[in-house]
Amino acid sequence: MREIIKIDSISYSYPEGVQALKDVSLSVNEGEFLGIIGQNGAGKSTLLKCIVGLLKPQKGRILLKGEDLDDFPVSRVALKVGFVLQNPDLQLFSMTVRDEIAFGLSNMGFEREQMETRIKEALEMVGLSGREEEYPLTLSRGERARVVIASVIAMNPDIMILDEPTSGQDYSGSIQIMEIADKLCRDGRTILVVSHNMSLIAEYCRRVVVFRSGKIFLDGSVGEVFSRPDELIKTGIKPPQITRLGNALRDVLPSAETILRVEQLGDLIIEKVNRRR
Amino acid sequence: MGFMGYEIVKLESVCYSYPRNKDHVLYNINLSVKKGEFIVIIGENGSGKTTLCKCLNGIIPHSERGRFRGRVLIDSMDTRSAYLSEIAKKVGIVLEDPESQLFTTTVFNEVAFGPENLNLPVEEIKATVKWVLEAVGLKGLENRSPATLSGGQKQRLALASVLAMKPAVMVLDEPTSQLDPLGTEEFFSIIEELKGRFGMTIIMATHKTDEVLPLADRICVLHRGRILACDKPEIVFSTVDLLEKIKIPVPTCFSLSNYLKDKGGLNINSFATPEEAEEEIRVLLNHQEKY
Repeated sequence: MREIIKIDSISYSYPEGVQALKDVSLSVNEGEFLGIIGQNGAGKSTLLKCIVGLLKPQKGRILLKGEDLDDFPVSRVALKVGFVLQNPDLQLFSMTVRDEIAFGLSNMGFEREQMETRIKEALEMVGLSGREEEYPLTLSRGERARVVIASVIAMNPDIMILDEPTSGQDYSGSIQIMEIADKLCRDGRTILVVSHNMSLIAEYCRRVVVFRSGKIFLDGSVGEVFSRPDELIKTGIKPPQITRLGNALRDVLPSAETILRVEQLGDLIIEKVNRRR
Repeated sequence: MGFMGYEIVKLESVCYSYPRNKDHVLYNINLSVKKGEFIVIIGENGSGKTTLCKCLNGIIPHSERGRFRGRVLIDSMDTRSAYLSEIAKKVGIVLEDPESQLFTTTVFNEVAFGPENLNLPVEEIKATVKWVLEAVGLKGLENRSPATLSGGQKQRLALASVLAMKPAVMVLDEPTSQLDPLGTEEFFSIIEELKGRFGMTIIMATHKTDEVLPLADRICVLHRGRILACDKPEIVFSTVDLLEKIKIPVPTCFSLSNYLKDKGGLNINSFATPEEAEEEIRVLLNHQEKY
């Protein structure tokens, strides 16, 4: 696996003096699906903004595909890294869905025909085919989020960053967004997701990084991280309910793996009952 | 529940459609809530949750145009004929976007605004602000500007400013959407305390079913403007087919007990909380051990 993001001991303080990142190092390989969790104010969003070049760390450096972020302008970073904000309405500004997606492409200098193909493909990817002419702000919250994602996908970035993509979304909206991210990941793209929804993190991410007061507190597979409830609670995080239940029942239901899904625990129980019958 | 008493909220055949759109956002809603009850409203985005909340404190029909039919009674007072100021004394509402209801320059003023309008003595207002800010965990931030608070603090401030009016009925529209898991848990425990200490009637729309489940007396399922079910959690969440059809997630523990019954053919009681689940599963496995 090739390393696509390398964060080399960066620190960042806001002008008001709050130190949001303290000597953070992180390496992400191509094709990873990484979850970033932690309490409000732990430094998650600051890290994302540093990766896309919106904030410049006072210390340390960030390499994207081996190139130092300092050496290229934000406009070039945008070609490699797609950024989806928590509130889709902050990112929508065009009169039609088509224009919204075309904006990035025209800035990249695409010809009209290529543009149409890309727009079509991007809308298909997010399940909004044929909605080109609609006015983005009349769409539902879930659809608006997916338009934003389409506008990012169209630019074909190697890395896709989603900051709280499921806040304000209902259950099916959340699942749809995570499924799109999953599809992109299977296509070889690298996904970084910040979320407070532990069930979705457990379901979709393979690796999780936990932030606590500006530092990386835990880093490991979803199973590893969620099997340490006592440490997580210090960061204000609880594993998904099903994982906690699995942990509590360890003595009667030993399992090599951390329980991340309802069916997983259900099958363990059923198996044990049947064996005794 | 001994403290529960008379019917404090009653909706009778309520229908509503927004201006310039004939589609009913609410259709024939009948719901009666007893004093002290905790009702949780669930449903997809667009199912009518927010509109229903707005009907409870008179914003609909007083401030929103559109077609309103039926009656909403708060403590026997018809919201159509009552003044909004009268309804505001009985029903407090916390909106999903806290910024839409914060407008003063300090946290203190924000909370004091409601009681000031009730023309209460200064000392009483000060005392109210003090306990309310303590209750929601914002003590010490009295002089901060609401604009400088975090999303979670804003949501708690919005709650505080409504609490200061000591309403008999508290309506909360996705009040924790910007809170992290710990913040959500804290927020819900504040609500639980309000219910226990003051017998407050609470009606809350939320997607966070796992967290709210232990507190809810009844779950009201809204779908395309209609109430599909309104009953005890264990009854509502055992109708899996219905919930799947309308894309509402079954809370984790119920979905485990449903799975054990359906897939495993096990004869067990439904469980709502992890504690109940643990107990029930231990009993199940122990029971098996004897044979």
